[in-house]
Amino acid sequence: MSNRVYITGVGIISAIGNNVSENLSALETGRAGMGEMNYLQSIHREKIPVAEVKLDNEMLAVASGLPAHFTRTALLSAIAAQEAFSNASIPGFTKLRSGFISANTVGGMDKTENFFSDFLSKPAKGKLRNVVHHECGAATEIVASLLGIKHHIATISTACSSSANAIFYGARLINQGMLDVVIAGGTDALTKFTLNGFNTLMILDNRYCQPFDENRRGLNLGEGAGYIVMVSEKVAQTLPSIPVCTLSGYCNANDAYHQTASSPDGTGSYLAMKGALEKSGIRAEEIDYINLHGTGTQNNDIAEGTAIKLLFEGHYPPMSSTKSFTGHTLGASGGVEAVYSVLSIQHGLIYPNLRFETQMKELPFTPVTTFKKNEAVQNVLSNSFGFGGNCSSLLFSKV
Amino acid sequence: MYLRAAATISPKGSFEQVLATTASVPGIRLACAEPDYSKLIDTRMIRRMSRIVKMGVAAALQCLNEAGEMMPDAIIAGTAYGCLGDTEVFLQKMVENNEQLLTPTAFIQSTHNTVAAQIALLLKCHNYNNTFVQGGFSFENAMTDALSLLKEGQVKTVLTGGIDEITDTSHAILKRFGLYKREPFTTDNIFQSRTRGTIAGEGATFFVLQSGVSGNDYAQLMEMETFYKPASLVEIEQHISAFLKRQNINRSDIDLIISGENGDMKNDEVYEKLYQSVFTGIAHTTFKHLCGEYPTATAFALWLAANILKSGKLPVGLLLKKKPSTVLVYNHYQFTYHSLYLLKAC
Amino acid sequence: MADLKKQIIAQLNLKDLKPEDIGDDQPLFVEGLGLDSIDALELIVLLQQEYKIKLANAEEGQSVFRSVRTMAQYITDHQGKAAE
Repeated sequence: MSNRVYITGVGIISAIGNNVSENLSALETGRAGMGEMNYLQSIHREKIPVAEVKLDNEMLAVASGLPAHFTRTALLSAIAAQEAFSNASIPGFTKLRSGFISANTVGGMDKTENFFSDFLSKPAKGKLRNVVHHECGAATEIVASLLGIKHHIATISTACSSSANAIFYGARLINQGMLDVVIAGGTDALTKFTLNGFNTLMILDNRYCQPFDENRRGLNLGEGAGYIVMVSEKVAQTLPSIPVCTLSGYCNANDAYHQTASSPDGTGSYLAMKGALEKSGIRAEEIDYINLHGTGTQNNDIAEGTAIKLLFEGHYPPMSSTKSFTGHTLGASGGVEAVYSVLSIQHGLIYPNLRFETQMKELPFTPVTTFKKNEAVQNVLSNSFGFGGNCSSLLFSKV
Repeated sequence: MYLRAAATISPKGSFEQVLATTASVPGIRLACAEPDYSKLIDTRMIRRMSRIVKMGVAAALQCLNEAGEMMPDAIIAGTAYGCLGDTEVFLQKMVENNEQLLTPTAFIQSTHNTVAAQIALLLKCHNYNNTFVQGGFSFENAMTDALSLLKEGQVKTVLTGGIDEITDTSHAILKRFGLYKREPFTTDNIFQSRTRGTIAGEGATFFVLQSGVSGNDYAQLMEMETFYKPASLVEIEQHISAFLKRQNINRSDIDLIISGENGDMKNDEVYEKLYQSVFTGIAHTTFKHLCGEYPTATAFALWLAANILKSGKLPVGLLLKKKPSTVLVYNHYQFTYHSLYLLKAC
Repeated sequence: MADLKKQIIAQLNLKDLKPEDIGDDQPLFVEGLGLDSIDALELIVLLQQEYKIKLANAEEGQSVFRSVRTMAQYITDHQGKAAE
């Protein structure tokens, strides 16, 4: 197959670590990233736990090489994207046609919401530099220029499936011969806007979330960024060693049921997973691990679980929601979880679903609860479903 | 690829109204002429929709109706600003109520994918659904995605469009950034002003793109191209020349260029220089006096090009030697986002 | 109950309805007025804002918001003693 898309690098920052190795060690030791808000200023501080990246903007600025007054969304993106880029170390990069395809849901809202309180008092008030990077595309522009990428830049915003769609769009541009190398994923910072928004939907857990548990109460919001570097077969041949992981399948489908809720039978989730399998030519029984969307809300987990039940009947693979570690990083989640999926294949790992206690009565399976090493992991399915019925699944395979 | 259908909700209304337009509009911003939505959208769904969502959904439905295709294989939207109205409503309440007594509706409709998602929901369409939000490339990204899906061959019909709104708040903020003119002007003298600043605009424009010819298409889209942050005018010229060369097109083959002058003297200088170099001697017209300046305005330009090619009719004041059969759209948004579209009559 | 109907219409932006169009016992959700889960969340805020009554969780709404009458009854039962 000549149009394989290889994954040559990964980069991540999340509530459980500022780089790949810190994330891996937290996953292995079962250390979750939720806690009381430290950097986000909100009246809900004592009631609603969140999964913050454990660095303030000054420290993020140092780590990213950007000014500290930039949006947290851009700072997080810069750190993870640069790690992925250096991890990939592609020879002759500047001569290749490259793309940076990112995703987020609220752009520079972390700064805009501060601007807005001043602006409301008087339209001439509020520092313009706090709103200049409001648009979702702004963080992408900033990071693309850090990476020296000009050939193609794009930002996708499809709620919680945003970065899964960014990865899959990037892979298609490589497949079509438009680009040789793409850094794709997503970023989102915690903001009062999203915290209060999800709070109005009454789906935030005031304890640490318990995805796929009968007694689940809701989700914890998180923040972070995750990117993978994809290259064409031709570029892969020039690398010192051929990468072990490929993006073998993907699918985007719409639930078309409700603006925020998933359909009870998980139509969108089912179509996305099924489409990804079909695209890759891999059978359901060949999947070795599913990184669940698994937000911990009543609605998501039953919809996703029902779709898995239908598609994997009789041979349920090990599965878990790493949101039990990172919280739900919204537009970044598809990128963060793509990184975990690639690492799963590269190192033979399966991650635990923390705090799981009671099997959901509607489902004949339970998630994995312990960290597993040295597993034969050939194919990993990663799910990202969200608002607006936007459902996407990515399938990663070992060469 | 073929433009099977095209629909816009713009400050000018229909193509006939664009053709008839001689009236000059005074003011600081061009607002869309909105239709009676109750004729287009299920009233039970309208009650939650903000203005931009209604505009986007209505333009999309008009477009699908025209194509007679109510189940596209993909729905792809581009929007730089997203749903500003609802974002502001929620932000304002959050600030004023100090994070208390907030309601969910504005929040859930504030997400950037609302328009594409609402279209899917109305059509009960489970197919591919995507939303791009890359500033002045938001519509171009959506088009790139649409064309690549068609080229991959697994889909035949794609609904794609560009949507952006101006609200009182966004207008006030962007004005502080110096984007808009401060002195009084009208839409007919905007290009003669020789001052900085443009006129704010907005719009929702959708297309049905198909890989096969239908016999009733607006135009054939030969190719599109984007380039990002060119370092100099020479680099812009190189990109344009290379694009035309790849399409085997000479200057003399182009009957009309629709270009993105917006009344800001610095912005327009780029076009003036190109009309003295790579575009020398080609007839040209503008479009932003009709729709104003906004990040996805190229969707309106493409709509205008498609209508001119289909009807053979030209906007007032534009005289050509023959009925146009080849039209090039060129735009740059704030010197950063450049795009080219080459269209041919069917 | 007429006041409550007015408040419901305003909160949910049910522009084409008048208070008298909503029957006291007409189901508010699905087959009745056609409201959905987001409307339920809006009604929870309405109770909080207008009547200072706080529902513990969204599920409780299912029985409270069955009809205008059940809502009015709930308000009468809980008014004054809902302070947290």
